[in-house]
Amino acid sequence: MTANSTTNKAPGASRAGGTFACPPRRRPPAPSARRSGWTPWLYLLPALVLLGGLLVYPICQLGLISFLEYTQAQVSGGEPTTFQGLGNYAALFGDSQFRQVLLTTVVFAAACVLATLLVGCALAVLLTRVRALPRLVLMLAALGAWATPAITGSTVWVFLFDPDFGPVNRALGLGDFSWTYGRYSAFALVLLEVLWCSFPFVMVTVYAGIRAIPTEVLEAAALDGASQWQIWRSVMAPMLRPILVVVTIQSIIWDFKVFTQIYVMTSGGGIAGQNLVLNVYAYQKAFASSEYGLGSAIGVVMLVILLAVTLVHLRLVQRQGEDL
Amino acid sequence: MSARTMLRIRRPGRTAAEAAALLIAAAVAFPLYWMVLSALKPAGEIQSTEPRPWTASPSLDSFRRVFEQNDFGRYFLNSLLVAGTVVVASALVAFLAATAVTRFRFRFRTTLLIMFLVAQMVPVEALTIPLFFLMRDFGQLNTLGSLILPHLAFSLPFAIWMLRGFVKAVPEALEEAAYIDGASRTRFLWQILFPLVLPGLVATSVFSFISTWNDFLFAKSFIISDTSRSTLPMALLVFFKPDENDWGGIMAASTVMTIPVLVFFVLVQRRLVSGLGGAVKD
Repeated sequence: MTANSTTNKAPGASRAGGTFACPPRRRPPAPSARRSGWTPWLYLLPALVLLGGLLVYPICQLGLISFLEYTQAQVSGGEPTTFQGLGNYAALFGDSQFRQVLLTTVVFAAACVLATLLVGCALAVLLTRVRALPRLVLMLAALGAWATPAITGSTVWVFLFDPDFGPVNRALGLGDFSWTYGRYSAFALVLLEVLWCSFPFVMVTVYAGIRAIPTEVLEAAALDGASQWQIWRSVMAPMLRPILVVVTIQSIIWDFKVFTQIYVMTSGGGIAGQNLVLNVYAYQKAFASSEYGLGSAIGVVMLVILLAVTLVHLRLVQRQGEDL
Repeated sequence: MSARTMLRIRRPGRTAAEAAALLIAAAVAFPLYWMVLSALKPAGEIQSTEPRPWTASPSLDSFRRVFEQNDFGRYFLNSLLVAGTVVVASALVAFLAATAVTRFRFRFRTTLLIMFLVAQMVPVEALTIPLFFLMRDFGQLNTLGSLILPHLAFSLPFAIWMLRGFVKAVPEALEEAAYIDGASRTRFLWQILFPLVLPGLVATSVFSFISTWNDFLFAKSFIISDTSRSTLPMALLVFFKPDENDWGGIMAASTVMTIPVLVFFVLVQRRLVSGLGGAVKD
């Protein structure tokens, strides 16, 4: 059940781990390469069809709609669709609420990523320092949090912090303090929930990475008198760099797109929209106000930001000299 | 392994570390405990301003309310059907694609790989608007297909990316040996490669299962009028009322919704750590 036994029990996977510890940089072409022809494309066909129809095409549509005046009147055919050029974008960036939401989203995502990485890495290191039983217990608890659907996690956390019936206010002696009333306390509550359900991924992944570091290296560092912090800083962190990059990028992507937690915990964006983030804002614009053009423009802004993050990721991967 | 254990024993502070680990585990597990506890509390105890961390008289009233709600069983089956279809289909499609990009050299291979990586970053929520119109144009609104297809597509890039490592790890020699023994390419693919990659598929399926099972936005946007096609998250929202939330019902429905994911996790968790390790290290 433990991660410990895990690595030993999964033959295919542990073989995978062994091979990847020192990936050959230049490998001879696969035997099938000589006579591949159309076969790879045949294998790729289902994936490409699905991605083309349900990812690429909608992205193009998103871009197109963002240039149109597209509201309920156009959807129902009452008015002709008119080309707006950059009108929607001009409207967005002229809107102080949008700029506010954009800033909020970046700050909130950054806070979530930072908290998740710190907690996840710290607990991964902690896992390596305890015996099997506490490790199993912590691992199981984390898996439980990880497995909890975002929507049920949100409802449970709201209930835990409920001003009337929640145990947290009771335990902290906060009386009937409402966490969702104030802007910052509401964000703090959402951040806690996001942290709770996203640190396990970081913890498990980094822990798997640490276990792959040869024991001798850590032993040598310890024998040379390195402190735990020095071992982490100078030995483990550099060796874990590829994993840390992946985990960081994944966290940025996930936390930048938080939707369910905000939507459920702050009832659709908080009082007067004080807790809106881009995703929820786009949804409200499109489906609550039927401003599909504006909503699409917000979607494009998100897309561009995440694309920038991806390009940074690709650069980092390239610099590590990995071949794809 | 034993060397590592010895190293640990010599280090002081392990007791403190273990106490910390147990405390943190308790804190992490607490919300789930509270969820199940509240689902089992009788109505009077939930609406109490002095919540106690135990209950003397557990009752199934809240669960009964959840299951007696119109069509709840159907919502549950819908969710199961959507998530199950996505997991199986995504595993098969991703396996084929991962095989193509790892075991063959062809033009645009690197370009495709980068596209798969970039595709992971696309905020699927932003695509709700065009997808809504796409589903409407194909008459797919209010069908389970409108939930299955997008989730299937969105789970693919990550699944392909993760499976790459597992497919790569199967030695080339094995493939050559299979061909020399007269196996066809199809036979090698399904009878040799597929079983060997299965642990990776299981680890990958966790992600597609969770993202599909948890989906709230598409379920809310695409199933607009035919509630017999709704999935679980919608059933949960019924218990939120403007005046007073039915917390017992919410917690019971949350419990019902969380249990399948937990079961799934327990089933695959032994593959998960090694799976992530293998994929990420690549």
